[in-house]
Amino acid sequence: MSLRTKHIRFMEIRRVSLALSALLLLGSMALLMTKGLNLGIDFTGGIIVQVEFSSPVTVKEVRETLAESGQQHVTIQAYSDRGVIVRLAADDEASQKAAIDAMKKKDSGVNVLRIEKVGPVVGKQLREEAVVAVAVALVGILLYITVRFRFRFAVVSVVALLHDTILTLGLFSLLGREISLTFIAAILTVVGYSLNDTIVVLDRVRENWKELRSKGIVHLLDLSINQTLSRTINTSLTTLLPVTALFLWGGPVIGDFSLALLAGILVGTYSSIYIAGALLCEWNLRKPEI
Amino acid sequence: MLKRDRWRLLLVVLVVAAALASVFPIQGKIRLGLDLKGGAHILLQAKGTPENPVTEDSVERLLAVLRNRVDQYGVSEPVIQREGRDRIIVDLPGVEDPEAALELIGKTALLEFRAVEGISPRVPASPERKNYEDDASFAAAEERWKAAAEQVAAAQQEMAARAEEDDALVIMKDEKNVAYLLGPPLVTGKDLLDAKTAFDNLGRPVVTIKFNAEGTKLFDKATADNVGRQLAIALDGVVVSAPVVQERISGGDAQISGSFSPAEAQRLAIMLRAGALPVPVEILENRSVGPTLGSDSIESGLRAGLIGAALVVLFMLLYYRFLGIAADVALGVAVLLVFAALISLKATLTLPGIAGIVLTIGMAVDGNILIYERIKEEQRAGKTPLAAVDAGFRKAITTIMDANITTLIAAAVLYYFGSGPIRGFAVTLSIGIMASLFSAIVVTRALLQIFFGRSRSVRLQQ
Repeated sequence: MSLRTKHIRFMEIRRVSLALSALLLLGSMALLMTKGLNLGIDFTGGIIVQVEFSSPVTVKEVRETLAESGQQHVTIQAYSDRGVIVRLAADDEASQKAAIDAMKKKDSGVNVLRIEKVGPVVGKQLREEAVVAVAVALVGILLYITVRFRFRFAVVSVVALLHDTILTLGLFSLLGREISLTFIAAILTVVGYSLNDTIVVLDRVRENWKELRSKGIVHLLDLSINQTLSRTINTSLTTLLPVTALFLWGGPVIGDFSLALLAGILVGTYSSIYIAGALLCEWNLRKPEI
Repeated sequence: MLKRDRWRLLLVVLVVAAALASVFPIQGKIRLGLDLKGGAHILLQAKGTPENPVTEDSVERLLAVLRNRVDQYGVSEPVIQREGRDRIIVDLPGVEDPEAALELIGKTALLEFRAVEGISPRVPASPERKNYEDDASFAAAEERWKAAAEQVAAAQQEMAARAEEDDALVIMKDEKNVAYLLGPPLVTGKDLLDAKTAFDNLGRPVVTIKFNAEGTKLFDKATADNVGRQLAIALDGVVVSAPVVQERISGGDAQISGSFSPAEAQRLAIMLRAGALPVPVEILENRSVGPTLGSDSIESGLRAGLIGAALVVLFMLLYYRFLGIAADVALGVAVLLVFAALISLKATLTLPGIAGIVLTIGMAVDGNILIYERIKEEQRAGKTPLAAVDAGFRKAITTIMDANITTLIAAAVLYYFGSGPIRGFAVTLSIGIMASLFSAIVVTRALLQIFFGRSRSVRLQQ
């Protein structure tokens, strides 16, 4: 797998990739606006009870058991043949107790592994904190890259990471996966990773910048991307390997977290080549900056 | 080897040795989060009423009551701290029954004065072998102790039987496990106006309490009816003291004496005041994880981490061959440093934290990949191996720094705005980044220097 002799003309299809990304972004935004996100109790408030029955059960059985006890608005997710995670919309102690009692009545050997209760006030606060955290992180990163590189570089890398974030959110909306507090951590890690990737490419662009006049922006970007290509691929691989292991063997609690990382790394690798590069290319073709 | 290189090697050896010393033996050194250890994390909010608003004082009293409760509950290493103006976080590690924990925290402090109807004898301290000359006398002492304990148990049983018969009677114990048979409450904390610490004429700390009009009347009657008898002062169902009533007390002031230290008297006064003016609390958040789920999470996190690490190690060896060995050693050092930092910073390892470490394994070799790709480029440009290594490192370092500082910015923001598990993640992520920076820039460099220093003819894998 030697890529050193290859010279792939990435920028040749930059418009196609920008169009594709625009399409995906629009699709994600549409999903986010219509279907929305499946916000977990961390943000909406409510109760989660994770239990393990002593013998295999189906979601249907659990639902019926809970319905008999008067618990109507429940979401039930099975993560193994005996284990289920029950989510109650209500956040009062009484419905929590009723739900647990009902399951105990059905199966006396039921084992309550986890109870999480979040009040609506806390949920709202966490939602606001998450938005502020992401905004502050973006501004900080924008400033750093502007200082270390150029303003344009900062703008395209922030666009690239917004692209990655929105696509990851879109994927979670599409799959209906739950957005929990740890998801925010995953998103910010994706932001870090995506930037890391973008910066390595842009760093090479900066190094080659003196040849801009002789080579032209398109060739310059192709050259820089090719020079860093084996690094980009290798690092994506070495990061994907442990994250995939985490997704497959990390257990149910961390499942959504690793899925977000998995998606983010894939999108992040693509965007560091195509979104940041292609945008910088188009920008410079329209308004050259030496 | 140049002098500079020797210093680098020495630094690596020192750091690794220090890390090894702080990490091993690893048992029990890493502070585990509640999501891994099992336990309850409860967030309470003080809810004021128009007559009883939330003030600095009332929140402090609330904290005191909660600490006392949790201590009585027997939880090891609980965390009870204020968050913001009117919120309190209670972390109870290892609690198996979160429902019971919640009940303990949610109920109100209750001060009661009750007439003492009977007292069980006190169980003497059990004998210790070192106080006896030979086994026989120790065995005899043990026998005596057992007999006494049985007597106490019998007396307590008899009292329990009486309490069973008469609904007005209850049994409460004091801190020394002496059981009291008590009559109905004569005065309660709801008629308390204030509680303060003072010193009696012997200089012993006491708690003075002041009743309101209703309480004064009730206390007057209670003391009048019980002159010469013991009156038990019970707090939340535990007898604090049971002084003998010397005379009728009608002024509305009373004194609680016991074997208090000044600090204990202070605590009692605070508790009584909180009992008299309970600030209602609302449970905003309760996250309880059973110990089984916690250990499952550690196990699956570890398994995923080991598999992930093995794959990365293998990939580096297959792709970079000779250089891969140095990268893998550097990765090992990075992981070691992460654990050493977690231990010495007393950071709490949470489930997202484990994920952060697993992620670090992938990102840690990124520095090496950047360096190696540069070295290969330099070699292709015609440099000798040693020169290529030098130039490769020099050029890669700025890239590595720029790429990682942005992630550190994101981690810092996570730490600042996040709470609980998110903070744990931010800490491990930052530690991971710094450890991998060190291992890529310093450790790999030192290793390559050793390799090339020994044999200049080593050819790099192309």
